[in-house]
Amino acid sequence: MSQPAVSLRHVSKHYLRGGQVIDVLKDIDFDIAPGDFLALMGPSGSGKSTLLNLIAGIDQPSGGQIIVDQVDIATLAEAELADWRASHVGFIFQFYNLMPVLNAQENVELPLMLTTLNARQRKEHASLALEMVGLSDRSSHYPNELSGGQQQRVAIARALVSDPSLIVADEPTGDLDRKSAGEILDLLGQLNTELGKTIIMVTHDGRAAERAHAIRHLEKGELSALEMLQPAKV
Amino acid sequence: MRLSRIPLHYVWRNLFTRKLTTVLTAGGMALVVFVFATVLMLEAGLKQTLTATGLAENVVAIRKGSQTEIQSGLSRQEASIIESSAPIALNAMGRQLSSREAVVLISLQKKGGTCSKSDPPTPPCTNKPANIVVRGVGAQGLAIRPQAKLIEGRRFLPGSAEIMVGRAIADGFEGVQLGASLHFARRDWTVVGIFDAGKTGFNSEIWGDAEQMMQAFRRLNYSALVFQLRDTDAYASTQKKLEADQRLTAEYKRETQFYADQSKVMASFISILGSVLSAIFSVGAIIGAMITMYAAVANRTGEIGTLRALGYRRRSVMLAFLLEALFLALLGGVVGLILASFMQFFAVSTMNWQTFAELAFSFTLTPIIVLKSLLFALLMGMLGGFLPALRAARLQIVDALRAA
Amino acid sequence: MILFMLRMALKNALRHRLRALLTLAGIALAILSFGLLSTVVSAWYAGADAASDKRLITRSAISLVFPLPINYGEKIRAVEGVTSVSWANWFGGVYIEEKNFFPQFAIEPTSYLRLYPEFHLEDAELAAFIRDRQGCVVGRKLAQRFGWKIGDRIPLRGTIYAGNWSFIVRGIYTGRDSGTDENQFFFHWTYLNEWITQRYPRRGNSSGVFVIGIRDGGEAALISERVDSLFRNSLAETLTETEKAFQLGFVAMTESIVLAIQLVSYVVILIIMAVMANTMAMSARERTAEYATLKALGFSPGVIGWLILVESLLLCAIGAGIGISLTWPAVRAVGQALDNLFPVFNVANSTVWLQVAAALVVALSAATIPAWRAMQVRIVDGLRAVG
Repeated sequence: MSQPAVSLRHVSKHYLRGGQVIDVLKDIDFDIAPGDFLALMGPSGSGKSTLLNLIAGIDQPSGGQIIVDQVDIATLAEAELADWRASHVGFIFQFYNLMPVLNAQENVELPLMLTTLNARQRKEHASLALEMVGLSDRSSHYPNELSGGQQQRVAIARALVSDPSLIVADEPTGDLDRKSAGEILDLLGQLNTELGKTIIMVTHDGRAAERAHAIRHLEKGELSALEMLQPAKV
Repeated sequence: MRLSRIPLHYVWRNLFTRKLTTVLTAGGMALVVFVFATVLMLEAGLKQTLTATGLAENVVAIRKGSQTEIQSGLSRQEASIIESSAPIALNAMGRQLSSREAVVLISLQKKGGTCSKSDPPTPPCTNKPANIVVRGVGAQGLAIRPQAKLIEGRRFLPGSAEIMVGRAIADGFEGVQLGASLHFARRDWTVVGIFDAGKTGFNSEIWGDAEQMMQAFRRLNYSALVFQLRDTDAYASTQKKLEADQRLTAEYKRETQFYADQSKVMASFISILGSVLSAIFSVGAIIGAMITMYAAVANRTGEIGTLRALGYRRRSVMLAFLLEALFLALLGGVVGLILASFMQFFAVSTMNWQTFAELAFSFTLTPIIVLKSLLFALLMGMLGGFLPALRAARLQIVDALRAA
Repeated sequence: MILFMLRMALKNALRHRLRALLTLAGIALAILSFGLLSTVVSAWYAGADAASDKRLITRSAISLVFPLPINYGEKIRAVEGVTSVSWANWFGGVYIEEKNFFPQFAIEPTSYLRLYPEFHLEDAELAAFIRDRQGCVVGRKLAQRFGWKIGDRIPLRGTIYAGNWSFIVRGIYTGRDSGTDENQFFFHWTYLNEWITQRYPRRGNSSGVFVIGIRDGGEAALISERVDSLFRNSLAETLTETEKAFQLGFVAMTESIVLAIQLVSYVVILIIMAVMANTMAMSARERTAEYATLKALGFSPGVIGWLILVESLLLCAIGAGIGISLTWPAVRAVGQALDNLFPVFNVANSTVWLQVAAALVVALSAATIPAWRAMQVRIVDGLRAVG
């Protein structure tokens, strides 16, 4: 029996807006098994991004437990959480969020700055990651010299370079044309099947969600039942 | 110009959204305007003080080429000749309104200066000497200077070792309070009165009896003769007449002109220093405005595209950004002026290089200075905002929209 | 990590080339004018700085405008601890126009120049000056300013001693170091004295100040008191003080102006502080999403803060470097333009240190608010600032 990679227990999140309490998430309760590939869907404002942020440890829940690899990250202090993110989570954003002043190689190296690796080792790891996303020949290019799809691939390389077990992706294809989106989704599928990464992806694109093993829908802060899909065939 | 074509509220609100940037940029400009206005106020204060010191109907006679009363010497004989040949006004008793004066400088300690005289100045002992004008005046010396009003004590008695001190002296110097005595020229002089001559140089002087001073300082010659003309327009003819007199070696100036001339060096120093500083500092503030406005244009490229797509013309966009810069500058200008207006509570007391004598004057804010400062601020805004506004106006709609 | 942060900060600093350029220009200008103003202030104190502790100045206790009888010199010489005595009179003449101001003194040549070894004069010129009753000695800068050469006839119009005077340049002295005033004009006291005695017998045989050379600077206070007590209750009481105190007395008379210039020099730092803080605030705000991303990747808020601080320090260092290196040429140019006002106009070491300190203060204060803001911003909010 393997432990779930992520388990959420009674997680809730509310904001105060103009003196009013707005419930974004209400009593969310679910597990994700290691090596799973889950798509979170839902209309705008449903709370899907908030849920992803909570799991990734960049936002704090108002109540409940979020256990990732047997650690309740809801109890971690700010600094501990930062260290935890550096070693456990890889991020993929809709707008790539690459540092414009760093080239591809340097962007990928960024998470390794927080490890004990030396410069040579960092370079090796980053090159390897860039090779995996098929951008070895672009390592010295700056983000503004790359297409959207290429930038997102650099971002994926950055997400996997520190070898985290969990990868979170927030609308990774939201800003891309269909062809590039397809390539990015292929890459994510590869990470899942070949490297065994647990992936949680927020999307509102049904085509993208179909690549996952399972889909969960969020509606007004509440979770629908799990919808199992066949693992996508590459 | 159709101002309605500019989204004014858009301009105004943008300044409020970027609070920190607005405060910092306007703050920089405010400081420049503060320096600019303060210098003008100082210059105005100095000019006002020295022109107010004299009366137009009074004439000062000093030895030709001596420039100041201190360096001048006028014999009793010359004084008599002038008094007999000039059309001098008479008082109710039929006496001529003229004053033979003996002017010397004495060294006094400013307040805060606490050294005994021969010690080397080591902290906390500070040596703050200043040269003070001691003016021995004739019997009518007070009558021809109605601007000096007694505010405490009484006038000095003619023929006695009594003195009265100007208000700036009473406020700023040690040992000159009512009843105190000053020791100079081997005599003790008792302070019996304090006079306020308003914003004039006389406020920085000590007055006593001329003949007593002459005796004490063992002088044979007066320093100056000051007389009031019966008719102020008679100055030119009087001057001509006296200058033609072979027995006289004096020169004659209206009292107003006499004191204005004495501040020339100081006034030009202040004005040169001030304009150089203002020029240099304003470059700094213009750079600040430029940075801010360039960033505003860059951050709002999408908005500019939208405005243009909505039908605003290039000129309107340009004006909108220019106005934003001008608002910013005006804000800085107003704040700078408010800061500067507090300087009116301070007085400056320093040595006048031409006379070596202490002179107190204050910062004076005039409507002209207010106007000049605001125009100066707007000019800075204009210079800082022009290039960024031009860039905003030149953006292509499609490119700008794409940046949104 | 440190190297990486430095590189990233530098790249960030130069990201908006126009903004970086404008900011650098602003900092350079501010540091330069701060340096110039500090130099003006130190020029004010040049006389006091150059003063020797082995010289005392005796003047009338009433004020400088009152002369002292010349026979005081002999009495002072007899005072214990005094090694030599000389005297000087302020002349106050005008050379052609009033704006050509420079100080002129009537001196007793041999003893005076011996008391001031910092005025270096060739032996031959000294001898020529001593020989010629109408001769004068001028400073190198003064001679340069008016193009005077040895043998030239210099006309002066007297203001205190009315009339037209003329002197022949017999020597041009050079200063021992850059702190020496090379803008003075000396001539024979006897020449002036004869003129006065002929016209105003009672005013003759007097001097404005006595300069006293003493054995030991440590005895200055004691000897001053001995000299002053000699003349107490006489017709002309004296006030003796060290040359430094005498010079500082002059500075104190125009203290308000020095104070104003000092204040203004701090205002320029405040102005650039506002400009720089604005640059940093805008840059940091534009990069909110980047900083949030770094935080999401696991970088601590401290790293973000350092990144902004280092950027600010780099900008200020470059700007200040330019400003400081421009100070010397600027001071030379201004010094030439104002050499009649400030005979000694040099960049002091302390000025450079003040410039460095000012730049540091600007860098730190400009980075504070943006760094604090960037450190505080929540990752989720920061990421939302994308686009």
